[in-house]
Amino acid sequence: MIEVTGLKKSFGPKQVLRGVSASVEDGKVLSIIGGSGSGKSTFIKCVMRLHQPDAGSIKVHGRETIGYRSEVELADLRRQFGYLFQEGALFDSLSVAENVAFGLQYLTDIPQTRYRAVARDMLALVGLQNVEDLRPSELSGGMKKRVALARALAPGPKCMLYDEPTSGLDPIMSDIINDLILDLKRKTGVTSIVITHDMKSAFKISDTIVMLHEGNFLLTGKPDDFRASADPRVRQFVDGSANGPIKMKLRDLD
Amino acid sequence: MNIFSKAGAALLYAFGELGSAALMIRSAFFWAFHSKIEWRQSLIQCMRVGVDSLPVTTLTSFFTGMVLALQTGSTSQNIFNEPIFVGTIVGFSLVKELGPVLTAIVVAGRAGAAMAAELGTMKVTEQIDALHVLGTDPVRYLVIPRYIACMVMIPVLTVYAMFSGIFGGFIVSASKLHVPTNTYWDDILNYMQISDFMHGFSKSFIFAFMIATVCCYRGLSTTGGAEGVGKTTTRAVVVSMVLVLVLDYFSTAVLVALGV
Ligand SMILES: Nc1ncnc2c1ncn2[C@@H]1O[C@H](COP(=O)(O)OP(=O)(O)OP(=O)(O)O)[C@@H](O)[C@H]1O
Ligand SMILES: [Mg+2]
Repeated sequence: MIEVTGLKKSFGPKQVLRGVSASVEDGKVLSIIGGSGSGKSTFIKCVMRLHQPDAGSIKVHGRETIGYRSEVELADLRRQFGYLFQEGALFDSLSVAENVAFGLQYLTDIPQTRYRAVARDMLALVGLQNVEDLRPSELSGGMKKRVALARALAPGPKCMLYDEPTSGLDPIMSDIINDLILDLKRKTGVTSIVITHDMKSAFKISDTIVMLHEGNFLLTGKPDDFRASADPRVRQFVDGSANGPIKMKLRDLD
Repeated sequence: MNIFSKAGAALLYAFGELGSAALMIRSAFFWAFHSKIEWRQSLIQCMRVGVDSLPVTTLTSFFTGMVLALQTGSTSQNIFNEPIFVGTIVGFSLVKELGPVLTAIVVAGRAGAAMAAELGTMKVTEQIDALHVLGTDPVRYLVIPRYIACMVMIPVLTVYAMFSGIFGGFIVSASKLHVPTNTYWDDILNYMQISDFMHGFSKSFIFAFMIATVCCYRGLSTTGGAEGVGKTTTRAVVVSMVLVLVLDYFSTAVLVALGV
């Protein structure tokens, strides 16, 4: 159970999160949708404490974590989570297999001799084979994303934070990743927070969806609440239309 | 903004940086005692610092030894009509001052720049955050191995530079100044004591600690993409080089006061 209440985060004068609250129960999937630059990545980075929140409360399995400051406390908090970075953040000095196996030595008791086999299995889960010995710089964008996903999942975390797991993937691969997220939920009870721009996958995988807009959660509800919502801003986002109350276009081509 | 508030702001900034660097040092001590040392990474870094800096160190110290011998020889030739105490001057200069200082400056420019740039790139591409996420810590995984590499390899390179400089001086004094071989070596060995060597050798540890601190700290506090990495690298190198000379004076003063 992850419970966030009144979370605030600013960068300098810019208020990105203005007191947002959301929670996800064990073994459920919470999706966060919202415009580009609305603060979705900032939200999960605050949960993972890669950013220091300004105010609010973040309870993980009933424990208040907002006051954690020391290296040991933060390390203990982070080891409960897996985290998929939006840009992958693969270690470019290591091979793909070493990247995928990286967390095993710090987060699991798996013996070193098994690392390569684990890496191969994890890569197969995300549809990759024969890439173990390549460097991250030799991979395509979508392949990097999937290697990063394999790396995040390899230590078998109880909670996963996904930053756009399907962005940059083709529609078939996207659906395979959606199924993977659902499989993890059903078979191992992984609790997930998923950031996505893709409404189709949000509807497919989510137990709850929240929409972030101008620093607040505009709507929290089940996928059906979003399908049925009458709020014009939610409608515009769900339908993916340029016309509506959310103005992203700043100028017309003349 | 008047000059006082500017100076005040600069002072505040400098103290802020010092404080953050001190936090990194504290964290390094913490992880050094509370986790396994990453020996593989340490070895890789030792190779980088040692092997990469070896050619430049050789050239720098060799030519410095040569020019010292030439200057000493020609000056004493003018004054005393013969080149005297060439070995003594070359030996003492290299062992007490130039060996440690030149090595530190070369390593700061070579390995220090590489460290700052590598850690800076890892910071701006979120690889540092990825270390936190995957159960380790950047100080533990990246900084401690670099401390080990600097603290081991810079003193080794320093001793090597002392010898290579003295050898350069020997070549010049034998071939150009026609000082007899025995005279050159006797001039060194008759006056040099183990404490003179310790004087230079102990300074190399101080420089090593400082270079590792400055370059790792600057690397880990990089912001702002590729441009930021460039700025960080330049800053790290300039600060290290200046601090080598500043610390050299103060550590010499302390060592002299202690009688080393
Ligand atoms: N380290 C930072 N320093 C300063 N500002 C930042 C930083 N990180 C994010 N921001 C700002 O915070 C806002 C939210 O960024 P965030 O990355 O959370 O957006 P996002 O919702 O994930 O967008 P996207 O869908 O494009 O990934 C942006 O306006 C960004 O400029
Ligand atoms: Mg984002």
